[in-house]
Amino acid sequence: MQRSARRKRQGFLSPALWVPAGLALALLGLPLVALVVRAPWSQLPELLAQPSVGSALALSLATGLMSTAISLVLGIPLALVLARSAQWAAVPRRLLRALVTVPLVLPPVVGGVALLLLLGRRGLLGQFLPFQLPFTTAAVVIAQVFVAMPFLVLAVEGALRASDRRFETAAATLGASRFTIFRRITLPLVFPGVAAGALLCFCRALGEFGATITFAGSFPGVTQTLPIATYLQLQTDPDAAIALSLVLMIISAAALVSLRDRWVPGVTA
Amino acid sequence: MKRALVTLVAAGLLLAGCSAAPATQPTPEPTAEDTLTGTVNVFAAASLTETFGAIADAFTKEHPDVNIAFNFGGSSALATQIVEGAPVDVFAAASGTTMKTVTDAALTDGEPTVFVTNTLEIAVPAGNPGGVSGLADFANPDLSIAICAVEVPCGAASKTVFDGAGIVAAPDTLEQDVKAVLTKVELGEVDAGLVYKTDVLAAGDKVEGIEFSEASTAVGKYPIVQLAASTNKNAAAAFVAYVLSPAGKKILDRAAFGTP
Repeated sequence: MQRSARRKRQGFLSPALWVPAGLALALLGLPLVALVVRAPWSQLPELLAQPSVGSALALSLATGLMSTAISLVLGIPLALVLARSAQWAAVPRRLLRALVTVPLVLPPVVGGVALLLLLGRRGLLGQFLPFQLPFTTAAVVIAQVFVAMPFLVLAVEGALRASDRRFETAAATLGASRFTIFRRITLPLVFPGVAAGALLCFCRALGEFGATITFAGSFPGVTQTLPIATYLQLQTDPDAAIALSLVLMIISAAALVSLRDRWVPGVTA
Repeated sequence: MKRALVTLVAAGLLLAGCSAAPATQPTPEPTAEDTLTGTVNVFAAASLTETFGAIADAFTKEHPDVNIAFNFGGSSALATQIVEGAPVDVFAAASGTTMKTVTDAALTDGEPTVFVTNTLEIAVPAGNPGGVSGLADFANPDLSIAICAVEVPCGAASKTVFDGAGIVAAPDTLEQDVKAVLTKVELGEVDAGLVYKTDVLAAGDKVEGIEFSEASTAVGKYPIVQLAASTNKNAAAAFVAYVLSPAGKKILDRAAFGTP
């Protein structure tokens, strides 16, 4: 039934819309095509074999996985609160939603400055820390969580809103505790949304540049992630920068293609 | 290959909000009375932001019909944009290497002139919390240190002074430009950073400067040149002449730039 509804929708798509849609697709896709076409394929193995590339890639993958894990642990509960906030008064509900969404639209450099002012050596909280957070790998992870967690929260929240609450009610009447309901009913129901959100979150963390270089700095093996290494290479060796960009793009594309049509759970799932 | 990338980057930079993006409309030819008019597009190194702004103000007081439009940025990025065909009348770079990118492409009108020099200086947060006294402190792993990455001009200059002094620096971060190093010092996130004298002066009270003798081994030279493709040659030439004039030099001296 869902499929026939979809076909019906497509039947109403005016041919006049294909032109702007095609332009939009070209704007999104052609730069990436150019990157692939102009990549220095013959020197690629040599460029990617540099030890600095390996260490930047390893650091990016490790911090990306770590920040995705933290986002899962903190973000799913936040998504539950956000989904529940539908019953709140308008002002706190909108404030909460804005707080979760702001990192998505904020220039990441601004996020990095804000993190410095909070957690830096003279920051609001940072001055009380017994250790210095900036210029550490932990700072990279914090910057990535700040920028990437909203993707997970909003994806999971969408799935929660679309899920059937009656299963939870039924479980409750059968005597399940609230945490059991969360673990055995809610979480499995929204699993596609969690998976999609985690992948988006990981890809965003992988590409994080502005907040990281501002808050965590740039030092090989400690804070210099792949996007930062790419930017620095651009100053002296554009071919190497293209090679690094290609690696980032392939990892992100592979992760996103594996999402298939679970992009926005609650709409298509 | 480079071209596609560089175009992408240039577009990205423009999108990212180079607030002084150059005006692209053709500028009118100067009139017969030799009064200067139109727009002069000036691409200049980020470290010239304050001084060139002041010079433009003084220049346009003498030539009220001329509009000076600036694009400030990292010299290497600016050089790349010029090679890629950005509409520009005057280019002032922070290093000979970046200027060479443009002269090698045969885009200049005549030879560049070195108009100022800049020397490295140690910058510490106000009050010098790390107790830094000289270049040797940069080897202390207990201090938090920021320097420029070796890929950018200030990093190359830093490497020269460290190599010359036989010091193995222990930086905590290698920043992408000199202003990023300065920011880390201003915020007190690092105990010391290596920046230019002019940056220390521009930062005001938040930063203290410490001169060191080894700085003389890496004096940065700033060349300026008019571009062959300039569409407003007379006004552009007048602006370059003004930068080199005693009036221009006075403004540059005030900002702690050195005389070549």
